[in-house]
Amino acid sequence: MKISSVKIISLLFFVLSAFYLYTANQIQVFAFDVNSPFNAKTFPIYLGYAGMFFAGLQILLPEKSVEKVNHNVLDYKKVIYLIIIMIFYGLTILKVGFFLSTSIFLLLSYYFLGERRWKLMLIFSFPFVAVFMFLLHGALNIYLRDPLLKYLGIIG
Amino acid sequence: MIEGILIGLNTALSLKNILMVVMGCFFGTIIGMLPGLGPMTAIALMIPITYGFDPATGLILMAGVYYGAVFGGSTSSILINAPGIPGTVATSFDGYPMAQQGKAGKALAIAAYSSFAGGTIAAIFLLFAAPSLSKISLSFRSPDYFALMILGLTAVAAFSSKGQFLKAMMMAVLGLMLACVGQDTLSDIPRFTFNNMNLSDGISFVLVVMATFAMSEALTIILRGTDPSSAAKAISLKELGSIKLDKDETKKTLKTIPRSSVIGFIVGVLPGAGSTIASFLAYGMERNFVNKEEKEKFGKGSVHGLAAPETANNAACSGSFVPLLTLGIPGSGTTAVMLGALLGFGIQPGPRLYMTNPEIFWSVIMSMYVGMVILLILNLPLIPYIARILAVPRTFLIPMILFFSVTGIYLMSFNTFDIFLMIGIAVVATGLRLYKFPMPPLILAFVLGGLMEENLRRSLLISDGSFNFLYDRPLTAIILAFTILIFSWQSYISLKSK
Repeated sequence: MKISSVKIISLLFFVLSAFYLYTANQIQVFAFDVNSPFNAKTFPIYLGYAGMFFAGLQILLPEKSVEKVNHNVLDYKKVIYLIIIMIFYGLTILKVGFFLSTSIFLLLSYYFLGERRWKLMLIFSFPFVAVFMFLLHGALNIYLRDPLLKYLGIIG
Repeated sequence: MIEGILIGLNTALSLKNILMVVMGCFFGTIIGMLPGLGPMTAIALMIPITYGFDPATGLILMAGVYYGAVFGGSTSSILINAPGIPGTVATSFDGYPMAQQGKAGKALAIAAYSSFAGGTIAAIFLLFAAPSLSKISLSFRSPDYFALMILGLTAVAAFSSKGQFLKAMMMAVLGLMLACVGQDTLSDIPRFTFNNMNLSDGISFVLVVMATFAMSEALTIILRGTDPSSAAKAISLKELGSIKLDKDETKKTLKTIPRSSVIGFIVGVLPGAGSTIASFLAYGMERNFVNKEEKEKFGKGSVHGLAAPETANNAACSGSFVPLLTLGIPGSGTTAVMLGALLGFGIQPGPRLYMTNPEIFWSVIMSMYVGMVILLILNLPLIPYIARILAVPRTFLIPMILFFSVTGIYLMSFNTFDIFLMIGIAVVATGLRLYKFPMPPLILAFVLGGLMEENLRRSLLISDGSFNFLYDRPLTAIILAFTILIFSWQSYISLKSK
């Protein structure tokens, strides 16, 4: 018997709901609230049961039409590259600063998506971010931490 | 009411707010034209910007984006048979054949006039319906609100699931689960934070919307290898033809508009139904209204067939504001995003909004008229040029969407944990999208989670822990009866087809 991907996802959701229910039961409520008709864990407990109920039904009932996804035509490589670039962006934005990290993020994203027109790539990275920063910093007065630009004396 | 209209006009017609409507309509049209990206993505990308404005201006901007996105969706439906949003699928049935017959300009004009008329007529209905319903809803109590939220969630799950009701209900529960993360509002007890300080304030609404819509839609486009800008590239300036309608076409359009407006508005008011159902319903009903000769033209470029869904989907957009403004309960995923944004401003929409913040209540209604006029005079002649702007390759478009998503959330919290959490949620959402798990129920549930728990808390405390409150009041019982009806109907459909 072949188990469909939707059933596997539903099974994962069932496990998640069971874990949620377990964690909800572990919530420490105040002593005077333990026997109250409603406390901090009441609603999450109901949600845990609801999640298990719907996921259980999805697992048990036969599927109307099996959702088929052709993984061979999906471009996982590019998506993984983009996710790595985003994580890298998140890791560097505070340390390196908004300007450089954002510009590099955009430049790398264009490159890994297949763009090779370097002139356009450069215009839509460094100058684009500079204009965006000017709008935020200068026009909307939103502070952006940027140690590099601060070191260079461009921003205060 | 006259005083309210004047307050609304005063706010809506200020230079700043007109500029916001123009910007919103323009930006919404651009996003709406891109297949795969809908009004929720457009509004999600706008939220961080709206926090820089006052609530009325923010909501006006979002409403403009909403209308623009619906109009933009019609354009790609008509010109290349690729609906930008589900609400404009019915538009392509007759809009695309018209474009193939060399009447693309006329089809766009019919769509624009019908959208304008549908939206305007529905806004007039809203003008009268909203204050009256606000007064009635003042008598609503916690059990009624709780029941209404259950009804809203069930209805959205039923209508957005396309026959996959259980998947939609699972998404709704997941949304409620995510809403419970963070400190309990009453006791401040941390829940599901796993001793992580970054989670103690809960998960940001903007983060969830950005991750499940803007970011995951962008990742899905890359994953599937589709090019959303192909729509724009396919549009030729020369091939549009005249946008002038002849006497017969005008007559047919005028006949269709009133009945489709009524259908659209009523469907829009219903929780969960939205513009997709409104447009299909109006299309089907219009087919029954016309004579045999006209009926045969349906699907081959009928003016009635194009005007009906276009009128209805815009009327439904206005209608969907009724439950949001009067009950504080959104009837669709898009208005749920707006509710989340309003809550971010510290404003609780509902029956009291009419009294506590009349400038917001009325200015949103009045800005709808302004938005409709702007869509008509700005977008119709500019559509080919907007399309040119849109011919941006996806190699630039996708990084820009990701950039605005990540930057948007970073600027709100200056916390990199939020960026990583957003990436995580987006990856999960992208996987779920592949297997047709709908996202609107998740967003609606996430927005309603806090309110739902609060109303359940009050109801249970008043009834001393008994669930009698579910049927003690006739109103609560009626609302729950509707919920059970929808639930049973959906279960029956699912089981019957199995």
